[in-house]
Amino acid sequence: MSTSLLSRHGRGPSVRFGPLFAAAALALLVGGFALAFYWAPEDADQGFSQKIFYLHVPIALTAYACFGWGAWKALRLLWTGERRYDLESYTAIHMGLIFGLLTLVTGSIWAKISWGQWWTWGERQLVLFLILFLFYSSYFMLRYSTDPGPRRERNSAVYALFGVVLIPVSFLAVRIAGTILHPTIFTHEGADLPWQMLVAFLVCLAGMLSLAATLYRVELTGKRIDASLRELRELLA
Amino acid sequence: MTEESRLTDVITARKLSKRFGDKRVLEGLDLVVPRGGFVLVTGPNGSGKTTLLRLCAGLFTPTDGELEVEAPRGAIGFLAHEPLVYNELTALENLDLYGRLYRLPERRERAGAMLERFGLWRARNERAGTFSRGMLQRLALCRTLLHDPDLLLLDEPFDGLDVDGAELLHTELAERSSVTALVATHDPEALAARSTARLALA
Amino acid sequence: MNAYAGDVAALARKDLLLEVRSRDTLPAMLLFVVSALTIFHFALPSGSSERAETGLLWIAIVFTALLGLTRAFAAEREGGVLDGLVLAPCDRSAIWLGKTIGLTVFLVLAELVALPAFALFFHPLSWDLVAAVALADIGIASIGTLLAAIAAASRARELLLPLLFLPLAIPVVIGGVGASIASDPGSFLAFLILYDGVFAILSWASFEYVITE
Repeated sequence: MSTSLLSRHGRGPSVRFGPLFAAAALALLVGGFALAFYWAPEDADQGFSQKIFYLHVPIALTAYACFGWGAWKALRLLWTGERRYDLESYTAIHMGLIFGLLTLVTGSIWAKISWGQWWTWGERQLVLFLILFLFYSSYFMLRYSTDPGPRRERNSAVYALFGVVLIPVSFLAVRIAGTILHPTIFTHEGADLPWQMLVAFLVCLAGMLSLAATLYRVELTGKRIDASLRELRELLA
Repeated sequence: MTEESRLTDVITARKLSKRFGDKRVLEGLDLVVPRGGFVLVTGPNGSGKTTLLRLCAGLFTPTDGELEVEAPRGAIGFLAHEPLVYNELTALENLDLYGRLYRLPERRERAGAMLERFGLWRARNERAGTFSRGMLQRLALCRTLLHDPDLLLLDEPFDGLDVDGAELLHTELAERSSVTALVATHDPEALAARSTARLALA
Repeated sequence: MNAYAGDVAALARKDLLLEVRSRDTLPAMLLFVVSALTIFHFALPSGSSERAETGLLWIAIVFTALLGLTRAFAAEREGGVLDGLVLAPCDRSAIWLGKTIGLTVFLVLAELVALPAFALFFHPLSWDLVAAVALADIGIASIGTLLAAIAAASRARELLLPLLFLPLAIPVVIGGVGASIASDPGSFLAFLILYDGVFAILSWASFEYVITE
């Protein structure tokens, strides 16, 4: 049973790479949006409003990545019992929830621009994110209402695993629901993207992922410092 | 029992700590319980006696420090504050269930024998929810000792027992001379003759 | 393997026996579901479609199940018995399986009343709906047992369990309602089977971690 503060909470993300991530995120995002707005051609159907695609889909994919990362850390926690994975998992899911919320917001804006409604049940991605948003909000309720300790860590980890399994299951569910229950009238899945759009999109995606990684490291470091401080205070008291 | 196992300590704790949020219940505890040892744990309410027993049973994980318990789950007998029985099942049914979970052969017979030893045979078909405090404690002891555990973790075993019940418990413990035991108690004198060491928690 | 099956059987039998003796949970579930169906009648303006009524049946099933789930570990809480089960040398997942089987039986019994009541109040049912309900029961009981154990560790057990459960129940409702009204229920039933399989395995494997400290 490891006892040192450091090993319990982990050394935290290496300070050396922090600025690198932030710089990469900034460069990719700025570059990506520049490409998206000035270089990539306008969509034939939707015109300029389609540009929000370069924001909305990378954010959505980043949210998925965060949930996946959180689930991976949760699995590591259950597998090894090392308690530092709890903070990592929790932070990743926190990131995921923020990006998930942004997905819903940008998706809603896109829906308003495209079809004049702030919400539509016909947009599969949006519905899926609503389900996930509810699920991961419940994750936070779970954390807030359980006293800190090994019990909370394990319960959170298991629930995080349920979440990552829920993603494909819900995707499938919403898909088959579309055939009967809520017909998918509107869809953003168009024809194949012209290669310029794809390039711009990928750069934006890389930028979003870097942004998430940067924020993740910042928040994780902050949380680790908090936890270590708290323990020091307890030991000295 | 090989010579080697005779020599291993059953419980080894080094700088054992347990915290619940901000509340520190155990801090830096060192403890060794050798095989065959009978250790009494004393201390005022809230000093961590129950927490120590639950840590040794595996119901809690330590916050800090090390704890090794050289006994498989099936060889541990744990007596808690609560009787750990189902109120709506009869005494016999409760012991039968535990017998099943502990993979005991002839569990019905053993359950019956246990109830008899603790003077509960006549109440064997009555629901545990109807038992008095003393009877529940006896039933809990039946449950604890049913599978002939090698390691006993007892939390206030004499709580709620009348004079007869206490005597029955003494007899049981006397018969199990080779067990290792960690016993939390308010009344160390009752078990003074049997004990090999004492641990006082602040 | 036999020992495992024996443990599961003993635990499931224990749960059913406890319910027969105490009659705490099942009568409440039966009354609840009939009350809910009655309220649904008044909640649906006349001229509402059969499809809407079927949808509401699934709401009733989910919330009746939730009622049963809040009682999942009630008997264990009474005598502090859960510690006793956790300390036993049996596999902790056997506790999950025994409890899930017990819960599934409760749900089925509740639906033996709910479905005829629905047919009486609203409209006749198809066999696809019955099949979907049976499959849904397995999935609900599987995740419900696990989530009940998770919620038990929190300070607000009764509040947390519905919150944890409802997002996970959404795919079940989709599958169930789809199977009830679609012309080709096969894909929805297959989806429910997939849901059950995936979440049952996950619950079975992870129960050990939520039941121990």
